[in-house]
Amino acid sequence: MSAYPQGPPDSQEPLDILESPHGPRGPQVGADEWVARQAQRREYLPSWLGTAQRRFEQIGFWPKLAVVGLAGAVLPAVGLGGFQLQVGIDTLVIVLLALGLNVVVGWAGLLDLGYVAFFGFGAYGFALLSSAQLGSHGIHLPAYLSVPIVMIGAAILGLLVGWPSRRLIGDYLAIVTLFFGEAFVEFTNNVAPSVLGGPNGIVGIDPIRGFGFQVNSNKGYYYLLVILAMLTMAVLRLLDTSRTGRAWRAVREDPLAAAAMTIPVNRVKLMAFAFGAVVAALAGTIFAAQQISVFPTDFDTPILILVYAALVLGGAGSIAGAATGALVVMIIYDGLLRNATYSGYLFYGLILFTLVASLRPWRRLAAVLAATAALGFAVHAVAGAISASAVAGGPHSTGWIGAALRDWVIVPANAQGAGDWGYVLLVCLLIALAQVSSRWRTILLPPTLCLASFVWETKLSAEPAVTRQILIGAILIVMMVARPQGLLGARRVETPI
Amino acid sequence: MAFFFQELVNGITAGALYALVALGFTMVYGVLKLLNFAHGDLYMVGAYIGFFVIQWFGGPAKLTIPVPLLLVIMFVLAAGLVGGLGVAMERFAYRPLRNAPRIAPLITAIGVSFFLENSALLLFGAQPRIYNTSDFISLSSGIQIGSVTIDSVQIMVLVLGAALMVGLQQLVHRTRLGKQMRAVAVDREAAEMLGIKVNFVIAATFFLGGALAGVAGVMAGLLYNQVIPTIGFIAGLKAFTASVVGGIGSIPGAMLGGLLIGVAESFITGYITSTYTNLLVFALLIAVMLIRPSGLLGQAQLQKV
Repeated sequence: MSAYPQGPPDSQEPLDILESPHGPRGPQVGADEWVARQAQRREYLPSWLGTAQRRFEQIGFWPKLAVVGLAGAVLPAVGLGGFQLQVGIDTLVIVLLALGLNVVVGWAGLLDLGYVAFFGFGAYGFALLSSAQLGSHGIHLPAYLSVPIVMIGAAILGLLVGWPSRRLIGDYLAIVTLFFGEAFVEFTNNVAPSVLGGPNGIVGIDPIRGFGFQVNSNKGYYYLLVILAMLTMAVLRLLDTSRTGRAWRAVREDPLAAAAMTIPVNRVKLMAFAFGAVVAALAGTIFAAQQISVFPTDFDTPILILVYAALVLGGAGSIAGAATGALVVMIIYDGLLRNATYSGYLFYGLILFTLVASLRPWRRLAAVLAATAALGFAVHAVAGAISASAVAGGPHSTGWIGAALRDWVIVPANAQGAGDWGYVLLVCLLIALAQVSSRWRTILLPPTLCLASFVWETKLSAEPAVTRQILIGAILIVMMVARPQGLLGARRVETPI
Repeated sequence: MAFFFQELVNGITAGALYALVALGFTMVYGVLKLLNFAHGDLYMVGAYIGFFVIQWFGGPAKLTIPVPLLLVIMFVLAAGLVGGLGVAMERFAYRPLRNAPRIAPLITAIGVSFFLENSALLLFGAQPRIYNTSDFISLSSGIQIGSVTIDSVQIMVLVLGAALMVGLQQLVHRTRLGKQMRAVAVDREAAEMLGIKVNFVIAATFFLGGALAGVAGVMAGLLYNQVIPTIGFIAGLKAFTASVVGGIGSIPGAMLGGLLIGVAESFITGYITSTYTNLLVFALLIAVMLIRPSGLLGQAQLQKV
């Protein structure tokens, strides 16, 4: 413990330098003691991880942003191509969406369940203005005109949708926005099919071009999105540290107290909606230009859930959290889970990681792993002795994982029905695991792990399209229950009043 | 005029289903102040359970047991299992978040809804499952008033729905559990101090809500003849609309809202166009929320500081 050089005069205990948010210089002028002691209310990881976390936090925002931007720019040069580049583009679109959603949900604390409609508005707006769709009306604008027009339109739409937020709080706002999102899908599906195309959408959209440039390759769109994401993050950072950003957080924590401090609560809420909508619409224009086509189903609930999962996983309320969450979710969702081998690595790796991270002491971990292996071989041997067809099918995983599991996991010749029951049983077991005491958990773990592997090999890895949706739903539930502040968010240790 | 009454009957039947789903939704909101977005998916699970009960007893064309017994088994099993699913949902996803910020359980609820919908997609596939109601219940054995027909399934839905609603009303107002539920709804902490087992009451509420949704799901299967994994989401949206129009947290409000939505939908489809039905229903909801957020029978809440 070292004394504070210019500590506040009434501070009883000297602050640890490492824990001070301002380093050894002491609190800044205008920051009171409560703010200065903010670091003490933070929960850090144990041991050296916590030290690393503190060191990392001392690096400023802008150097981190520069490093991330450089990494993004270098990636295609070191062999990101073809399919991976498409994953990168999709990921960056979701990064933009998560950044915009973070403004509304993370900072202003307004649950906007119609957010994806703004994304759709951006895409449809660009599709209408910059394609031959309205050519007969003489509307066919270049991208440098239509993108700003769409963004301004989205801001106005955001203000309109945010209008109810002046009166409705919390749940009611969630319902109205949810219905706005659904109404958007219904609208594009049913209204004016000659203009909006109905379920067939709009095709033949212009690429992004203007001022002599034309983006006509995936690589170009990737770079464009990297630049836009960096710009958005920079703008949002400036907003976050501005008066408006502080006002948003004040309104989120307590609207009444904020109003008492002369913050114009309604205007601040509307601004949050408008900013979120603009970012989403920007993502939508690029999405439309890159896809060359838009369909109503592109803007339905699954995308909404995906963006929410990204934000919640990374930690709502922080730019880095939103971006990281989107990266992790999309790399898992779009990249790894499409490939049988990679998804196998992901599945078993995630299980092992969870076990290693949560089982203490290591003797318990070793016992559980040994018991799991033994149980698998024993059950496989017994089942094989009773009926040969019960073990006739091979595991769905390929590569060395499949080879290693051949004699361990049971895969019946006709696996569908057994996989269904296994899935139901697995969900029941997982719910039970979360409820029982520690000793029972140790006993229940080996059969659960065997069953999980069985379900994966027979059912889940065979249907990746559904599995990844289930995974996104599970991420939302588990993250909110276990770590609501997200991977990067800081857990506040509030002293009870 | 016959067309009007026919549409009215169809609307009331559909409205009875919405009302049953909305009841569970509004009860959960009453005790927990939680919008359970996954409630509509319970209805979907109930519909699948009904389908598999029919298959279990030999399929619609050659049933191995008498039809009334089959119906009893379908309804009891769907109510029990879906109610249990509701309890599990509460225990696993909502109870850990009971004291978290209001926004947290809402996000979890979306996750639960998505999880259930896709689990159904994984287990039962995307292809519609057909009940073939007309193979074992004769639809013509209904009532004919003038040119208005009320077929036997509609009669069953109306009678059973009305009975369940009356039963629920009695349960909430006449029994000990109902009194406890109302106490928890008014003030959870005070109820706990008075010795009410809050966790049990909340679990019971989820069970009742889930059971009603499960029964509604079976009814929907019998009435509309097919089940797909996505029916839950749309039904959930309609049930939100119903409970919000009626006044969220109010049980008579949910019934009234459900009937209103059903009839409105039926008239929009019958007299205007079926293309815009959902859009107009959503617009109705947004209008109600903006003009009278407390709903028709709800009480305006004063914001406590």
